[in-house]
Amino acid sequence: MFTPLTFASILPEILILSLGILILIFEPFWKEDQRRNAGWLTAGGLFIVMIISLLFGRPAEPTATLGGMIRFDWLGFFFKMLFMFAGAVTALLLMDHERAGRRGESYLLLLASLLGMNLMAVSSDLVMLYLAIETASIPLYILAGFLLADERSTEAGFKYFLFGTLASTIMLYGFSLIFGFSGTTDLYKIATVFASGDISPLLGFGVLILVIVGLGFKVAIVPFHFWAPDVYQGSPTPVAGYLSTASKAAGFAVIVRLLFVALPDFASSWTLILAALAAITMTVGNLLALPQTNIKRLLAYSSVAHAGYVLIGVVAFSQLGAASVVFYLAAYIVTNLLAFGIAMAFSRITGLEDIKDYAGLSRRNPFMALMMLAAFLSLAGMPPFGGFVAKIFVFAAGVQANYIWLVVVGIINSIIGVYYYLNVLKYVYLYRMPNEDEEQHPVPLTRPYAIALVVLTIGVIFVGTVFAPWFKWAAEGAFLLFN
Amino acid sequence: MMNFPILSIITFLPFVAGGIILMMPATRKNETRAIALAAATLDLLLSAWVYLQYLTQGMTGYQFLEQYTWLPQLGITLYFGVDGMSAPLVLLTGIVMFTGVLISWGDDDKHVMAGIQDRPREFFAFLFLLAGGVFGVFVSLDLFMLFFFYEIAVFPMYLLIVIWGWIKTREYAAMKLTLYLFIGSVVSLVGVLVMYWTQYQNTGVLSFDMLQMESAGFSSTFQYIWFLPVFLGFAVLGGIWPFHNWSPDGHVAAPTAVSMFHAGVLMKLGAFAALRVGVMLLPEGAKQWSWLIMTFAAIAVVYGAYIAFVQTDLKYMIGFSSVSHMGLVMLGISTLNQTGLTGAGVQMFSHGVMTALFFAITGMIYDRAHTRMIPELGGMAKIMPLATVGFIIGGLVSMGMPGFSGFVAEFPIFMGVWEEQWLVAVIASVSIVITAAYIMMNIRKVFFSPMPENLEGHVGDVTVLDKVAIVVLCFFMVIIGLFPAVMVPMVATGVENIMRLLGGA
Repeated sequence: MFTPLTFASILPEILILSLGILILIFEPFWKEDQRRNAGWLTAGGLFIVMIISLLFGRPAEPTATLGGMIRFDWLGFFFKMLFMFAGAVTALLLMDHERAGRRGESYLLLLASLLGMNLMAVSSDLVMLYLAIETASIPLYILAGFLLADERSTEAGFKYFLFGTLASTIMLYGFSLIFGFSGTTDLYKIATVFASGDISPLLGFGVLILVIVGLGFKVAIVPFHFWAPDVYQGSPTPVAGYLSTASKAAGFAVIVRLLFVALPDFASSWTLILAALAAITMTVGNLLALPQTNIKRLLAYSSVAHAGYVLIGVVAFSQLGAASVVFYLAAYIVTNLLAFGIAMAFSRITGLEDIKDYAGLSRRNPFMALMMLAAFLSLAGMPPFGGFVAKIFVFAAGVQANYIWLVVVGIINSIIGVYYYLNVLKYVYLYRMPNEDEEQHPVPLTRPYAIALVVLTIGVIFVGTVFAPWFKWAAEGAFLLFN
Repeated sequence: MMNFPILSIITFLPFVAGGIILMMPATRKNETRAIALAAATLDLLLSAWVYLQYLTQGMTGYQFLEQYTWLPQLGITLYFGVDGMSAPLVLLTGIVMFTGVLISWGDDDKHVMAGIQDRPREFFAFLFLLAGGVFGVFVSLDLFMLFFFYEIAVFPMYLLIVIWGWIKTREYAAMKLTLYLFIGSVVSLVGVLVMYWTQYQNTGVLSFDMLQMESAGFSSTFQYIWFLPVFLGFAVLGGIWPFHNWSPDGHVAAPTAVSMFHAGVLMKLGAFAALRVGVMLLPEGAKQWSWLIMTFAAIAVVYGAYIAFVQTDLKYMIGFSSVSHMGLVMLGISTLNQTGLTGAGVQMFSHGVMTALFFAITGMIYDRAHTRMIPELGGMAKIMPLATVGFIIGGLVSMGMPGFSGFVAEFPIFMGVWEEQWLVAVIASVSIVITAAYIMMNIRKVFFSPMPENLEGHVGDVTVLDKVAIVVLCFFMVIIGLFPAVMVPMVATGVENIMRLLGGA
């Protein structure tokens, strides 16, 4: 049963596990001020894992391994690469976090959740899927509440945990009903059972709602988004960045596979539900982002809105739609990690998180201001940054599927988005500090931040200009969902 | 035919130069400016070379073609080429970029606050990003890339206005401008995407190639429906009435070089894209709705001129005169006949140079007198003679005097309109009288009336760089006025192509 192919299919996970063990071994020997080195180990290790996986763990034909638990295909592989990239960057950003960065556990928890996300992207069985989701979630609950001395963080962790488990159980109920109706837990077999038409559409609809509740919570779409702003604001900033990018993308990886592969026969009902949710999500997210004064809360609501844009691609239910979802997530991961990374780097020096505190940043650290420009313009969907192309692809898929009204809603929302993203840039570039002596208040970057932020900035521009390779990989992954 | 990728170089040079400028240390202001000037000069020479080649070789159709695969799965290519319509606009961009850098040079040791003193590094980088986007739109033959560059040209405007603009209105004006233009462009985007998929249904080819889209076989009903959003979406940037509202505010709030770019080039971007995508890809729709465009344009022409007439702020006066003159461009386009379209093509160039000159001189006056209010100014002719001559030449162009490029442009426009709707031509021609009135009033007041006492002794002449800019801009207005053959036949070849698409000629 354990062939080289099986081994290759979970190669990244095996390596991540070994990396975790390495940290466990080294951590006790390091003195407290050396423990941030675990961050270098995690980031560097993940980088090496990515290279090894690219060399030896690339999927060819889609195959089921480990007794049908895992689907070894390009879609999952592409997602895994994205998660590991996000994990590596998050490790770098964690390093200079004052309280979380000096403790080895935080990196260990990060790796554990990464393990779960990777498995989420490749699970082809409901049981495996549920295990993967929980493996990813539990470390994140802890990470969100990691700063025990900080009431906000404790609250964030607790809130995330309570709502998360509630949503999970509802989803689990949905899963069990799917199993009950179809008699199988294999995603690729469920479709054939449902296709036979023995199950009434109404029942299918009910099950669908249960599953959407659980997954909707993961990706923070309205009305399951209410936890996001409090949790993002309270969590350590790098963790918030990780939650809003990798964790969200993992949720979408599951949504795409589950809906496209297992439930295509109910497409007429779920596209309609999701179209409505997408429209509401975009609008609510953007309108609530407008009045925010805290940068992390603004990013939280904007991340809700972005989940809505991604849903347009899901609703399109086509190859281009799926490809645009994957592409969007890739662009979004880079962009939002950059935005959170800057928020982290800024608050580490200044201890401030309000948007108005960014006044004069363009004089305090011009390069950081430029990176912020790239991040926020990409979020707003302006070229030559990744967000622009991503949005066009999603809208193109929407138009192709004849969801023109939804695309129009999306476009109106992008306009609202442009307003508040530019507003932040106005503080960065136009306003000055109260006594206009920015030179006396520089915002220096430590080495891990400089590396992470520069890599991300280049990534944002790269995804937005040289988009052909990314799109090719996204499209290849999407192709597999329909064949 | 050409293997040398000249259009790519023209387009990407500003991006590269902007990147280099950003890498310079912030304290090296003069080196930053020198690099900016070198890049702008090179771009001007290259675009002039393209123009002259096109002219002297008697070229027709799309030339200097370059095509690189970009995203084959969706049929996106980097497809560049110019025709008789866009080659003058590329040259125009080169001219405005060059003179814009000269005007923004800034001199730290003089007592006048001219040019850009504060963070020139970021200023030039953003300005060049804008310039690169503009070049990209004019040379793109791929609809996706056209849109890509269009958006690149829009957002630096926000930063340029909000950071270096006029302190009183910059925040309001910059946000208003950006939102207006963004709304306009995304409205067109929906139309563009629908066109893309319809072409795919009709021909089975996934492609954003506009030359192929011209024969995509869009049904008449389709064209009737989608022409308006596509045309008007782009025309917002062209300052078409009733969506012109952002434009005078934007002009006024922007720093001098940005006003020049904005009125001189960016507004052409809107008119050009509306023509290229709206009229040329949806000709049936254009015929159906030309009466509406003509009405809007005629209102813009007269209304803009009248509002300009009553302004007391020099910059607002020029801002509204731009609305009026861009109305003439739209009027020319709305005729859909050879004469009118040729006039519109020349007017785009002529107005670009003229308004850039106006804004440059207004900027020079403001830098020295610290006011733009017409009643507070006077006697500039003695102190800045060359600027006075420049303003007068610009004024003559604006009035459409024979011997200047304005006449070469406006005469065919009115002829073309007369052919279609003589009444509109009569109404619109009222604007010529109003324009003549406000231009002459202003020349008399600002330049030839006695100088107010509080300005006496404080105001000096313009710098050498300013003079170079004035001479360069005037040169083009005069040469086209005296020898229309350097531009009109070339534009006419571009128009013939449009006429073919419209099914006439």
